[in-house]
Amino acid sequence: MIKYLKMDDQKCVGCMGCVTACSTAYAKEDNPAKARIQVQGLGAGRFRLVACDQECRRCVAECPVQAISVSKQGVVVIDRKLCVGCLACVAVCPIEAMRYYPAESSPFKCVACGICVKACPKGALEIAEKEDSPASRFPFEAAAAVRKDAGGAE
Amino acid sequence: MSRTFDMKDFKLLSETRFEKKPIHRGYAMRTMHLDVGTRAVREKPVSEEMKAKFVGGKGFGLRLLWDGTKPSTRWNDPENEIVIAMGPVCGNTNYPGSGKSLVVSLSPMTGVPIDSNVGGYFGPYLKFGGWDALEVQGKAERETIVFIDNVEGFVRFYDAPDGLQEDTHLLAEELTRAFAGGGASADPAELQAVSVISAGRGADHSPMGVLNFSLYDKRRDGIRVKQAGRGGIGTVLRDKKIRALVVRYKGVVQNANDAADPAAVQRLGLKLHREIIVNDDKQCKMRKQGTAHLMEVMNDYDLLPTKNHKYGQDPRGPEIASWVWEKLFSQNLPDGCWFGCTMACAHAVDHFELETGPYAGQKVCVDGPEYETAAGVGSNLYVYDPHGILELNFYCDTYGIDTISFGTMTGFLMECWEHGVLNLERTDGIDLSWGDWKGAAQILHDMADGKRFGVLAGKGVKFLAEYFTKEYGADAQFMKDIALHGKGLEQSEYISKESLAQQGGYYLTNKGPQHDEAWLIFMDMVNNKIPTFEDKAEALHYFPMFRTWFGLQGLCKLPWNDVEPADNAKWPESNKVPEHVHNYIGLYKAITGEDLDWDGLIRQSERVYNFQRAFNVRQGKGRRVDDYPAYRAMGPVLEDEYLAREERYDRQLKEKAGVDPAGKSVAERVRLTREHRLAQYDSLIDAVFKRRGWTPDGVPTPEHLEAIGMDLPEVLEVVTKRI
Repeated sequence: MIKYLKMDDQKCVGCMGCVTACSTAYAKEDNPAKARIQVQGLGAGRFRLVACDQECRRCVAECPVQAISVSKQGVVVIDRKLCVGCLACVAVCPIEAMRYYPAESSPFKCVACGICVKACPKGALEIAEKEDSPASRFPFEAAAAVRKDAGGAE
Repeated sequence: MSRTFDMKDFKLLSETRFEKKPIHRGYAMRTMHLDVGTRAVREKPVSEEMKAKFVGGKGFGLRLLWDGTKPSTRWNDPENEIVIAMGPVCGNTNYPGSGKSLVVSLSPMTGVPIDSNVGGYFGPYLKFGGWDALEVQGKAERETIVFIDNVEGFVRFYDAPDGLQEDTHLLAEELTRAFAGGGASADPAELQAVSVISAGRGADHSPMGVLNFSLYDKRRDGIRVKQAGRGGIGTVLRDKKIRALVVRYKGVVQNANDAADPAAVQRLGLKLHREIIVNDDKQCKMRKQGTAHLMEVMNDYDLLPTKNHKYGQDPRGPEIASWVWEKLFSQNLPDGCWFGCTMACAHAVDHFELETGPYAGQKVCVDGPEYETAAGVGSNLYVYDPHGILELNFYCDTYGIDTISFGTMTGFLMECWEHGVLNLERTDGIDLSWGDWKGAAQILHDMADGKRFGVLAGKGVKFLAEYFTKEYGADAQFMKDIALHGKGLEQSEYISKESLAQQGGYYLTNKGPQHDEAWLIFMDMVNNKIPTFEDKAEALHYFPMFRTWFGLQGLCKLPWNDVEPADNAKWPESNKVPEHVHNYIGLYKAITGEDLDWDGLIRQSERVYNFQRAFNVRQGKGRRVDDYPAYRAMGPVLEDEYLAREERYDRQLKEKAGVDPAGKSVAERVRLTREHRLAQYDSLIDAVFKRRGWTPDGVPTPEHLEAIGMDLPEVLEVVTKRI
């Protein structure tokens, strides 16, 4: 099972309440550059919400030190103690949901905590669940295939 | 099968504690000196002058080696050193290819300094304890393990316990597990915090020994190794009776170098990460194939060594093409040799079942093959069986043998076999017919055992050519012509005979013919961009200098031009990849906080390059006469070799040498081609030495040394004696 932040762009009015709530909770300041969710203005009163879908997991596959893993709830999380700050995960993220702030040691991302959900006045956000998929499994399959003990003792 | 050891079971011989020192702007400003004979540990300060003139990495290595040895020092004297030096940019995790160590020593193969550029975690872990370089000098009486603990702050010498393995794939595993966490921790983070340098049993019996630098791979739960391959430094390690050097460090972070501008380091790194992710699939496919992506390209252009570099092409080439390796390599893994290298070219074949030797029937992880290995022990031996190539690759690594020297050496032996110089009696029963990889493997097993034919074979082609002439009555000129080496080091794996500039790229080098300095074949032969001697000389100045700079910084060359910006071709001098040069200048400035421009970058290298040349001169080499190739590297040695490319060679005789080939015998045309090519090479040397500021005999002039700021009194003394 994958727990994730489900976003409805149609309902978003661009109030930035989610961004403020998120960055205040995690970075102790109201700063859109430090929020785990992004609100992108498309003009004409339309907005795009961006946060990790928890499913593609290219960052999990790319991390050279396995600092990025998947929690029991199916959420992609970064262990800052293991992270070496290389930003390979930022580069492979197809939607730029993996973020970093200049000169800070580790990147950051949405962990589907739900703080923004409570802050949204329009009901554009909710915490939802979805099934595992080939994409969500592939980093684990690639790693398992090369484990020393796979396919007999060595 | 490896046993389980705990560090506590090792017999401790001595311990020296040290203060850890933080890195500031890429430097620790001190180095560590170990004498394995007396077990003394010394700290040496790095002077501002050393930093300014020698920069780091290979520059520091050469400076320390010069000071530690004498003009009379031979490779197996106790005062010969192994110096491992990193460079200011080394260890940053943002810019791909930033984890290299440079290893310097007096080479058992050439007698002059060799420098080898290697990945793996050892170098960065060594650096972050506060060391710009490690000098290892002296000789131990008994088999010794040196443990540098940059977590606790001590150096320990241990006796190698009974039962501890010698071959790298077992030894590095045993030591990593024993030393993890300060005593057999099973925590993957602790295992990852240990790196081992080892050689193998082959390095005990051959001058072509490598150093294997390990990295613990969390996904595989196993050890990977990268090689400081060229020039026999593994043999020096074993001569010192060092079984292994082990380092431990925890806490690699984004700004472990304490960069002047850490945000700029991130920005530059991320820019290249993205370029790689977007472009690599359309360009070199390094992430899927590594350097093996070159196989069919080289075969197509008649450049893939085939039968001891006799030919550059064979219809069987596709059997070992890149797509074959892509299928064999495990995919979708971050197989870099240092954290943050998204080029990730350090591929491996997992669960590979060996067919020969002491580990036959066991399943192992094979690191590679890279291009040079696949060409050297593949097509060059007429081996087109990927399994054979993998098996030779594995045993070279674990025995601590250089795949390149081994490939070129075995190609020479197989050609000797073809011409009847060798037979079953002389090889102790090994069949060395072209393509017989099991025969080649048996040479390796002999080398490891220190018995039979492999011991003789392992001495390298320079020795063998003379030996076969003297002992077996082989034709002296033929032996000389097909023994592909410069200064005693075997040539690496590109056909150079059709590109005069590449002959210079290989042989007008300080350390011998390797692929580190200049790769000009396409520029010269395919694209005809450097037609005159002056053009070639300029390229043979610029590219060796530019590429030397990677070795001063602790960088890998591959992310420079094995990925390129999408619009690179539109720039003038696109073969220099100007945008990436710009990145490197920015990276250096961001980490060190010091100013640099393109000319300054070249100047940093020029100083060290000329210092190295003077070092060769000091050791009694570095002469013009040391810079000539075997003729196989320059042109067709044999008549059938000529006839196989008859149209090309006839045309060249007519157009380039001004001789009409019509009516002339093949022998006559081979001779005329040879005369022409030798004369061309001499003209090339003249032009290159002049451009580099050297005398016609290859000695840097005092005026040039002054002009580039390498007029140190000890250097001037050496060169003026020779001029």
